[in-house]
Amino acid sequence: MFKHFEPNKIFAITSRAPKYILFLFIVVLTIGLTEALILSPEDYKQSDAVRIMYVHVPAAWISLGTFSSLALLSVGSFVFKNKNFALISKSLAPAGFIFNIIALVTGSIWGKPTWGTWWAWDARITSMLILALFYGMYLLAWRIYEDKEQVVKVTSMIAILGVINVPIIKYSVDWWNTLHQPPSISILSNNSIHVSMLIPLVIMTAAFALFSVLIFLMKYNTELIKIKNKGLDRL
Amino acid sequence: MINEIILMNGYGAYVWSAFSFTLISFVALYFVTKLQLSKEKKKFVAKFGSLNVEKAKIARSQNINREILSNTSKI
Repeated sequence: MFKHFEPNKIFAITSRAPKYILFLFIVVLTIGLTEALILSPEDYKQSDAVRIMYVHVPAAWISLGTFSSLALLSVGSFVFKNKNFALISKSLAPAGFIFNIIALVTGSIWGKPTWGTWWAWDARITSMLILALFYGMYLLAWRIYEDKEQVVKVTSMIAILGVINVPIIKYSVDWWNTLHQPPSISILSNNSIHVSMLIPLVIMTAAFALFSVLIFLMKYNTELIKIKNKGLDRL
Repeated sequence: MINEIILMNGYGAYVWSAFSFTLISFVALYFVTKLQLSKEKKKFVAKFGSLNVEKAKIARSQNINREILSNTSKI
């Protein structure tokens, strides 16, 4: 099955897709920003400060999703011995890291007007910081190690160890007394967020996901061309 | 109306700085990634150009190499 997704076969698609994704991203982001900054209502308690949610929450979701994908692909590269999995993971990580940083910074900015502090060693914030450290280690490992097999092993280990932190982040608001409120959005039960706030949140999440795909494709193409450059040296 | 959007009931500085940080991060990551991609493409084109006829023919036989050469001016 993986033969159909070999880099040589899919490069024609991955090299052309970014310009379409970029266009789609700009359209969705424009709609999302209009909804988030102008059309959506203010919160009865937090007033307009609630609008920070429209960048903070999608960024946190995408960074968690990306790290979970890294771990899954790492397990896959161990089980199926597929080098393309490592290449996909490597290309996914930069966007995930940036979204993690965005979640931390915008969370800090949101914390000041709502909690009266820029930073607290609250369970969720601390576990998100730990996730950023895992992302940092993962990206650094790709730069430090030159041996291909060794770097795949090390980065996979980092991703698999780091993914233990993902459920901790998710359930930290239930397990500990934190400044963060319990989740307002759930797939299994009723949402406590009003639809007028849910719509911009969904649109912004879609925009962020598109940006993440865009960066992934550009990075993936860069990595493939790097490999081909080495191939030309060997000719 | 515009004043309301800018001031956001006194939370404007927080809201706008959060959105600005996000958008600046997007732009920075996009251009850094684009720069790395075009650097590798340029390197590929230069290496390809330095190959002799026979080696160039072998390299050109691979679809992926033809694809890289065909879209060197794009993203």
